[in-house]
Amino acid sequence: MNIGKDLVAASATPLVLAILAEGDSYGYAIIKRVGDLSGGQLQWTDGMLYPVLHRLERLGYVEARWATAESGRRRRYYRITGPGREHLATQRRHWRVVDATLRGIWLEMAPATA
Amino acid sequence: MTDDADTIEAQVAQWRAWLHRRPAIRPPDIDELESHLRDEIAALVDAGLSGDEAFLVAVKRMGSLDAVSREFAREHSERLWKQLVVAPGGEIAGARSPRTEIGVVLGLAVAAALAVKVPELFGRRLGEDAFYALNASLFVLPLLTGYFAWKRGIDRKPCLWLALPFAAAAVAINAIPFARGGHTETLAALHLPIALWLAVGVAYAGGRWWSGSGRMDFVRFSGELFIYYVLMALGGGVLTMFTVAAFGAIGLDAERLAERWILPCGAMGAVLVGAWLVEAKQSVIENMAPVLTRLFTPLFAAVLLALLASMAWTRNGIDLEREVLIGFDLLLAVVLGLLLYAISARDPRTPPELFDRVLFVLVASALVADGVALAAIATRISEFGFSPNRMAALGENLVLLVNLAWSAWLYARFLGGRGPFAALERWQTAYLPVYAVWAGLVVVAFPPLFGFA
Repeated sequence: MNIGKDLVAASATPLVLAILAEGDSYGYAIIKRVGDLSGGQLQWTDGMLYPVLHRLERLGYVEARWATAESGRRRRYYRITGPGREHLATQRRHWRVVDATLRGIWLEMAPATA
Repeated sequence: MTDDADTIEAQVAQWRAWLHRRPAIRPPDIDELESHLRDEIAALVDAGLSGDEAFLVAVKRMGSLDAVSREFAREHSERLWKQLVVAPGGEIAGARSPRTEIGVVLGLAVAAALAVKVPELFGRRLGEDAFYALNASLFVLPLLTGYFAWKRGIDRKPCLWLALPFAAAAVAINAIPFARGGHTETLAALHLPIALWLAVGVAYAGGRWWSGSGRMDFVRFSGELFIYYVLMALGGGVLTMFTVAAFGAIGLDAERLAERWILPCGAMGAVLVGAWLVEAKQSVIENMAPVLTRLFTPLFAAVLLALLASMAWTRNGIDLEREVLIGFDLLLAVVLGLLLYAISARDPRTPPELFDRVLFVLVASALVADGVALAAIATRISEFGFSPNRMAALGENLVLLVNLAWSAWLYARFLGGRGPFAALERWQTAYLPVYAVWAGLVVVAFPPLFGFA
């Protein structure tokens, strides 16, 4: 499915923060996780993830460090911070409102053409 | 298999070289992207693709390099010039041809140089009264604002809004019945440029004024323009000296020419040329200004510490002569300038380093010095009552104190690893209008408050 650019951009922050809240991770694994979670429906352009991660880092929501994986490959691992968790909680509240509102109108709009 | 691995290595190396050519993507970013690319290739090879195919698919998934590097440019400090370098086809306003731009800049510079001579047609002589001192900023800043309005492609309606402060300032500054040579007159002449500089900033940011990075770019621009201006002033001084000396050698007196034309016209035109140089020769100044900041930050910190130590040792308070007070205010303003510039030039993602500690010492010692100065001014006011100068000094010191105190707090948090550097950046950019508002108050409210004396 080709989901619009704006929607992908808007959902990127809560999604990345939520994935990091499960545990530290690195770019490639985050992309894989997004793919798994959405059943392959939500496809990110891989390169676009990194500017998002760096923005979150600048805002202090995540921390990063270079580490060498067992395979011998150097990777940049990201970890969510306290402010990051707070921001995630706020985002979650906001998205819940959006989600509930949309659900309400979808129900009224019978018959659904999903 | 080894052949396959070799081709992948060669292709990845080539891909890295490609990324290197994009100024927005830095070497650490490339490392990170490469690590991603290799993970992707490894996964695809495991799934049965050949090395070549895996590389192609992985690169395709990475996305268009133009789009990716544009995102990086946006993230890494939204410097307009970087976006201009990146954006193919120049979708961002400001894609004017360099030729036209030089023409416009030279035209505006000449206009500024002539504007300063126009009042002379109406019999206003330089040095006769405070007319030129009061109006100095009005000869050049509207033109500078016009340059940015043109360059950023600002629409007509916002342009009218931008013109408003200048019109209001021109009316106010010439309508207020200052007592000749009074204190409020001098204060107004000193503060008007500071207030109007905000309007220049709004035009410079061109619609990005409400974003922190737009304001930060303006701070950078101000610092860089200052450096260019000083350099041009030095060169201009040498040129003037030679002119006077050379004409003197053939028996002609060029001193009046220098005094009445070269100096005032050059001082005005140089502002526009300097602004253009900052924009056009970005990479030159961008390398120089941070070096100067790093050079002078420890020196100013040392001077302030020595000053505080001497005050404590000799128990001498601050002498409240006007010149001393102004000098002291200037010192604190320089500290603030260093802080602002150092913040603007810093990559907010790097962890605290030695320079940050030096900067913190500078801010903390300036804070103490500011407190001492405030105490001295307060004592003076309670003894002799309010005067325009004391009131202005009090206000300036308070404005600086609030900024320095909160900066020191945020810096301490950052150094202790308990806060992001971006918080400090946000605080500084949010504080910018305060200076202009205070300066505007000094211009407009002080004269009636103190009977125009």
